[in-house]
Amino acid sequence: MALLEIHKLNRRFGGLHAVNNVSFNLDQGMIKAVIGPNGAGKTTLFNLISGNLQANSGTVFFDKRPIHGLKPFQIARCGISRTYQNIKLFPGMTALENVMVGRHVQSKAGFLSGMLNLPSCWSEEKEIRTKSLELLELLDITEFADTEAQSLAFGQQRAVEFARALASEPKILLLDEPAAGLNIYETAEIARLITKIQNRGITVLLVEHDMSLVMDISDEIVVLSFGEKIAEGLPAAIQKNKEVIQIYLGDDDA
Amino acid sequence: MAVKNYLSVLILIAVVVSIQLATKATDTSYYLTQLTMTGYYSLVIIGLCLVMGYAGQLSLGHAGFFAIGGYTSAVLTTYNLTTLLEQGNGLVRFLSDKGLLISTLDLYGEAVLYINPWPAAIIAVILTASIAFMIGIPVLKLKGHYLAMATLGFGIIIFRIALATEILGEADGISEIPGFTLFPGICVNGDFGNRVMNYYIAWVLVLIGVILLLNLIHSRVGRALRAIHGAEDAANAIGVNTAHYKLYTFVISAVFAAVAGIFLTHYNGGIGPSEAGIMKSVRYVAIVAIGGMASMWGALTMGVLLNFMSLRGMFGSYDDAVFGAIMIIIMLFAPNGLLNLSVWQKISKSAGKEKG
Repeated sequence: MALLEIHKLNRRFGGLHAVNNVSFNLDQGMIKAVIGPNGAGKTTLFNLISGNLQANSGTVFFDKRPIHGLKPFQIARCGISRTYQNIKLFPGMTALENVMVGRHVQSKAGFLSGMLNLPSCWSEEKEIRTKSLELLELLDITEFADTEAQSLAFGQQRAVEFARALASEPKILLLDEPAAGLNIYETAEIARLITKIQNRGITVLLVEHDMSLVMDISDEIVVLSFGEKIAEGLPAAIQKNKEVIQIYLGDDDA
Repeated sequence: MAVKNYLSVLILIAVVVSIQLATKATDTSYYLTQLTMTGYYSLVIIGLCLVMGYAGQLSLGHAGFFAIGGYTSAVLTTYNLTTLLEQGNGLVRFLSDKGLLISTLDLYGEAVLYINPWPAAIIAVILTASIAFMIGIPVLKLKGHYLAMATLGFGIIIFRIALATEILGEADGISEIPGFTLFPGICVNGDFGNRVMNYYIAWVLVLIGVILLLNLIHSRVGRALRAIHGAEDAANAIGVNTAHYKLYTFVISAVFAAVAGIFLTHYNGGIGPSEAGIMKSVRYVAIVAIGGMASMWGALTMGVLLNFMSLRGMFGSYDDAVFGAIMIIIMLFAPNGLLNLSVWQKISKSAGKEKG
């Protein structure tokens, strides 16, 4: 069953057709990768799904409900959370606090109960903390809980961002180049982590350049080139696809 | 809220009480007048600190909210309703029936009828909150310089309205405003005999404000506000309704300013257009900046120090110039506030090491 249905999505930036009539489905529980050369429109596609950008036309259905046109925070509340290619942590906050913000959609204390510090806040606050600490443990970064997130090493920052995205207990996790800037050991670590996330029942859509990562963990792959979808299928099939080889390695006749 | 913060609140209480005792012992209780006024200004400052330091939005219009609160309360509690009641005005009759009016004799022995300060204050707060809400919706979509300019524009409008409206007393402002009896025996007014009580009323109000805001900062909402300050898109993408959060924060801080305006107006027995002036707004922003933006205690300390010095006339005619200069110096040399200067941090760190 398709959890996310993307239908004829279009986005133009002036004369550039960044996402051109792209359609595909994302089934419950799978890991799907979007690949393509630089400038293929992968990140734009992500921003369209998460609501950070508005599509010129086309629809996105999540769990049979339309989510195109919603604000990012509304989409997050539906159960889609994301990470960024160039990590966006909250500066001036510790790793734990960053993850605790991730629990926002799973908690409700408002301005009034916050100001009055009502007893209902106490238990909720405790739960936010416990759940966030659990995620730090899952990602093996418990020791950095009280360190300012932005002062951590790159790989650790990525882990904090993962934990923050997971804290909202999403149904779909959008990962924008999770292996960017990581060495091969860290990339292998990320691969294990993504599989772990899948095992928790979370559906994953990722944009990635690193072919080894994509081929290892993806159930299905979508290939974009100049904004258009040129192929979709199982990793083995994509590896043999002539058009895909052409755009990645160049044309023989050229 | 962490234990550390409750400790800080206790220290604040101790400081407030010991200052009063000190003025009594040294026979300098005339300082209490300025300390009371300082208390009310501090209320504006901690509210602005929430908006600037935590939610990361700049407002150069907070004197406007202070003035809306003060002026509304002033007009309602000084406008003589006797003729309207005699004419059988329905609204006035309703207020009279509900016991919301006060009738007294004026200086010349004429009967006068005013609205009781309590309902007047509530109306003033609601009015300020509504205006902040309506201004906030369009204005908070702006960022940086644009937000600063838009709030500045709002402040200028309020100032000119105060200066040009007959019912607001134009350049003279409104005077002979009655005291505000909070509870039987507890009255906000400028009587010398009430000086100590009024000092405590002001500072209890500040204390309540500080506790409410500290609670908020350390709650789920406070975390979300800091997240908005740091990376607005990321906060939105994780499910924080950033527009609402910024708006509510703005309204809350406007209400703090309005409450300060209401109380100070009753305490002084008058309000003039200078309270709505742009330089007042600049002063509030300068104090929050010198206190370290995201530091409630820094803003409070600096607010008390500078407002007290200013009210005692220590800066003479250069009052506004001093605050302008402070703003420049802080931005250049200590953008994280005076108390966060690396010199201080080194001292406190080495002091900590010696202890440890």
